[in-house]
Amino acid sequence: MQDLSVITEWIHSFLSSFMPGWLTTTVECLLIGVGLLLVYALLALFYIYYERKLCAAFQCRLGPNRVGPMGLLQSFADMFKMLIKEIIHLNHIDRFLFALAPYLVILASMLAFAVLPWGNGLQVIDFNIGIFFLIAVSSIGVLGILLAGWSSNNKFTLIGSLRSGAQMVSYELSIGLSVITIVCLAGTMSVGGIVEEQSDLWFIFKGHVPAVIAFVIYMIAGTAETNRGPFDLPEAESELTAGYHTEYSGIHFGFFYLAEYLNLFIVSGVASLLFFGGWMPLHIPGWESFNVIMNYIPSVVWFLGKAFVLSFIIIWFKWTFPRLRIDQLLALEWKYLLPINLVNLVLMALIIVFGWHF
Amino acid sequence: MANITEKINKLFPGIPVEGENIPVLTVAEEKWHETALRLRDSEDLKMDYLVTIVGMDWKESLGCIYYLMSSAFNQVIGVKVIARGDREKPLIQSVADVWKVATLYEREVYDFFGIIFLDNPDMRRLFLNIDWVGYPLRKDYDENPEINPVSIENERQSDFTDVYSEDAAGNLVKKEVRVFEKEDFVVNIGPQHPATHGVLRFRTAVDGETVKKIDVYMGYIHRGVEKLCENLTYPQTLHFMDRLDYFSAHNYHHALCILIEKAAGIEISRRAQVIRVMMDELSRIASHCLFIGTYCMDLGATTMLFYTLRVREQILDIMEKTCGARMTFNYDCIGGVMADLDKDFVADVKALLEVIPKNIKEYNEIFTGNVIARNRLEGVGVLSREDAIAYAITGPSGRASGWACDMRKLQPYSIYSELDFEEVIAHEGDSMARFKCRLEEIEQSARILEQLVDNIPEGEYCVKVPKVLKLPAGSWFQLTEGCRGAFGLYLESDGSTKPYRLKIAPPCLPAAAVVDHLTRGEKIADLITIGGSLDYIVPDIDR
Amino acid sequence: MEVTTKSMPYDAWKDNEYIEGLVKQLQESGTNVIVGSLDKLINWGRSNSIWPLTFATSCCGIEFVSLGAARFDMARFGWEVARSSPRQADFMMVAGTIVNRMVPVFRRLYDQLAEPKYVIACGSCAISGGPFRKSYHVAKGIEDIVPVDVFVPGCPPRPEAMIYGIMQLSRKIKVERFFGGVNRQEKQAEFLAAHPVQGVED
Repeated sequence: MQDLSVITEWIHSFLSSFMPGWLTTTVECLLIGVGLLLVYALLALFYIYYERKLCAAFQCRLGPNRVGPMGLLQSFADMFKMLIKEIIHLNHIDRFLFALAPYLVILASMLAFAVLPWGNGLQVIDFNIGIFFLIAVSSIGVLGILLAGWSSNNKFTLIGSLRSGAQMVSYELSIGLSVITIVCLAGTMSVGGIVEEQSDLWFIFKGHVPAVIAFVIYMIAGTAETNRGPFDLPEAESELTAGYHTEYSGIHFGFFYLAEYLNLFIVSGVASLLFFGGWMPLHIPGWESFNVIMNYIPSVVWFLGKAFVLSFIIIWFKWTFPRLRIDQLLALEWKYLLPINLVNLVLMALIIVFGWHF
Repeated sequence: MANITEKINKLFPGIPVEGENIPVLTVAEEKWHETALRLRDSEDLKMDYLVTIVGMDWKESLGCIYYLMSSAFNQVIGVKVIARGDREKPLIQSVADVWKVATLYEREVYDFFGIIFLDNPDMRRLFLNIDWVGYPLRKDYDENPEINPVSIENERQSDFTDVYSEDAAGNLVKKEVRVFEKEDFVVNIGPQHPATHGVLRFRTAVDGETVKKIDVYMGYIHRGVEKLCENLTYPQTLHFMDRLDYFSAHNYHHALCILIEKAAGIEISRRAQVIRVMMDELSRIASHCLFIGTYCMDLGATTMLFYTLRVREQILDIMEKTCGARMTFNYDCIGGVMADLDKDFVADVKALLEVIPKNIKEYNEIFTGNVIARNRLEGVGVLSREDAIAYAITGPSGRASGWACDMRKLQPYSIYSELDFEEVIAHEGDSMARFKCRLEEIEQSARILEQLVDNIPEGEYCVKVPKVLKLPAGSWFQLTEGCRGAFGLYLESDGSTKPYRLKIAPPCLPAAAVVDHLTRGEKIADLITIGGSLDYIVPDIDR
Repeated sequence: MEVTTKSMPYDAWKDNEYIEGLVKQLQESGTNVIVGSLDKLINWGRSNSIWPLTFATSCCGIEFVSLGAARFDMARFGWEVARSSPRQADFMMVAGTIVNRMVPVFRRLYDQLAEPKYVIACGSCAISGGPFRKSYHVAKGIEDIVPVDVFVPGCPPRPEAMIYGIMQLSRKIKVERFFGGVNRQEKQAEFLAAHPVQGVED
């Protein structure tokens, strides 16, 4: 397995060879920041294209194919347009909060990028409560949505944001519990540690029944967390026009739009980290030569590939299922997912105690 | 029909009854409310379904013709009531408490003719702004655009509605009533809103996610078709029928053709009749396909729309080859149809009949069997049979409540009496039943097509009709089955080449009126479920 | 300068003179290289990403739905992102009759669209009132209410005609200017000054 930390360490030693320590750190921070922003933007644009093509395929259509080869430049054109579109200034709104909200949403998804295991040694920060940090920052997003709905002074946005609030607060529980189930199995909260633990076998196989249950619950809750169909009530088009971001235009709307896709990536990225080994290639105990061959595939490809496949499933949901109603949505969480999850946690604990896992 | 006349004479001795097919009673205004109650409640008549109220301006007097139908005996009668008072303030007793849908119908008449209905709980204008000057369907209406200019200023809103009543001394008393309570949180859904299927507006009072009350505003696409028809010759009036409910274009066209042919005494060839019925059923399939698609899209399952539109496109291809257009076909004409069938027609219809069962199976797999869809639809917006009749909800929505109201069976026209098909009836009355009824109607329409496709008789497709068509003086009423329910047409002629009055009674108008009744206490999301399942087309409501 | 799109020969377009007029106007006012190429980039973005507002009043709206469906698939051009909120849409396909009561609502919708905004009058009702022109309650064409960029005739226009209409709009956007003098927006400002709305606070 090629260790990409060689590159990062080389950059570090190169920079520190002619710079004082504080400047090296600053420059590195800047480099990482710029790199992340770039990855962030590119991923979002890719995801927009990915979803549009996929949904076209589900609907027997072609999807974008006129702008650039195979329509690849379509989302770039959208971005250019969005960047220079007028940002409408409204009267009778709370201007500060109105302007703040999209940045909060985008900030939440950016912070989560910090702990994602991009590849072997390619992680911005790996600290001992990484997964906890991830859950913590991803809940900032709901604050942005609530602010957006409240500050717009519009009844649709208000209803949309309150729905979102109720939804996120509920489903965060499920996410948290299914993460804890896996943390139990891994015995660590550090992202790097969780990946290392899966070097012999991915957790979805290692933890068998409870891990699969946790995975299914995580995917459902994750879809709800990202406000995507069938849980897209906060922006249910047919009910609330555009939901909480009805009043936003130009790049402010663009932020919400990007954040939606980035959250999709984060949810599938975390799922791949928890259940499919993050960047860890598929290793099967006993199949040594197979494992070696798998190691030749770069770790970044493993991580992104897993994330894209999992996002495919979430996109598939969205374009197939009708939307739930708000009371059904909450009933699903509180009456079904939460009790199942608690039982599942106990089951996982028993399996670990008795060593019934692989 | 002597039977019904006898019954009426027995019940109301001394009331004049005229008309052959549809007896028309003339009732004095003072006795109208009492007569209406007796008409509804008498065991012999049971006139429980108010088809429409035709407002009339006979120049010397104003009045209404109420068309009633009995759901038990399947008989239609008309009741003519002449308004009391002068042209400034003509008065008629309201029957809003007898038939629930009358509240809305009376508002419509008030809007167009200025007839005030005493004790109607909601006497506002329906289609026009509250500041509109004049009553457009009166014969002396001044159409000068300067009186009612096209204005870009926001229209004036009122939170009050008027109730007119008479006090003991016989004076007209106007009372203002609040529509919503003062502290209600009122959300304005529409006119530009993805869920309203066009430009309908619901002012919705909500309590959290729960709907408390809905006030429907119409008229955002009111184009004054009835008035326009009065200045056009009979063949010219036909083309408006395509643009009311554009999915039932053939059916509505057919209805007006039947009515004019009946009035003019024109017999059309069997070939033309078969072609017309086939086109009707093809449009019914196309219409229900689009309903399924848009309904699923409203519920969030966007992909279904594309699967159903696939079938619709195939039907539009068949239509295009014969009629030359994808929508607004203008195909039926007085005396038959405009052009002969395309040579591929039979083969195309057969190809269509082959794919329909496969597609219906696919729709059921994707949507109907889905647990989310079932949770969203089952038990939501239950409409009882009594309410369906009282609110005059016809078509698949009415049949889903257990009311056999298919005009193809009840009042057979054209060749429907010879055809073998079933009337799809469900008894649940919820949104799922309304959805399934439409799915099954596709199968029944396909069955009709199967019977006809190999039996299109030879013959002329259009009989010779006088170039300038004049109808004898008189009045006619015709009920047909559009894709969305019973479509009534009333025609009054004064012997000239133009209709004196053409009243269109669309099936969608009552559907919009029942939304408030069905959604109270349900969630906002159910408003979309219920509104969608009623499948109203806004240009059909507004005309 | 021949303004066209992918796989469309220049001669296949109609109304080329109009676009040529716009190009001439653009060239006459002159521009420097950097701003010019930035303009090109922006216009490329804008002309390839025109999102419609979901707005339909009658029959034409159904053909607009067909336009999104598999046979005509406007997603190929990137037009399928129909936004329900006018703040996020780029153009408004006025599909259907606009009647007196709808006019204020329609005008408000137009005012709510964020710049750059475009209007396509689709179908004879929107162009002139169509078959309902003589009615007491129909606006005789939307040109008196909002500035119109492209007219698509038909009752209703076929989806192909709509595609052509939107492609023409895209061509028109290609010869706009973002920096400096704006050929289109000035006209729009003139129009709006001539058709003021009073009594609206925001």
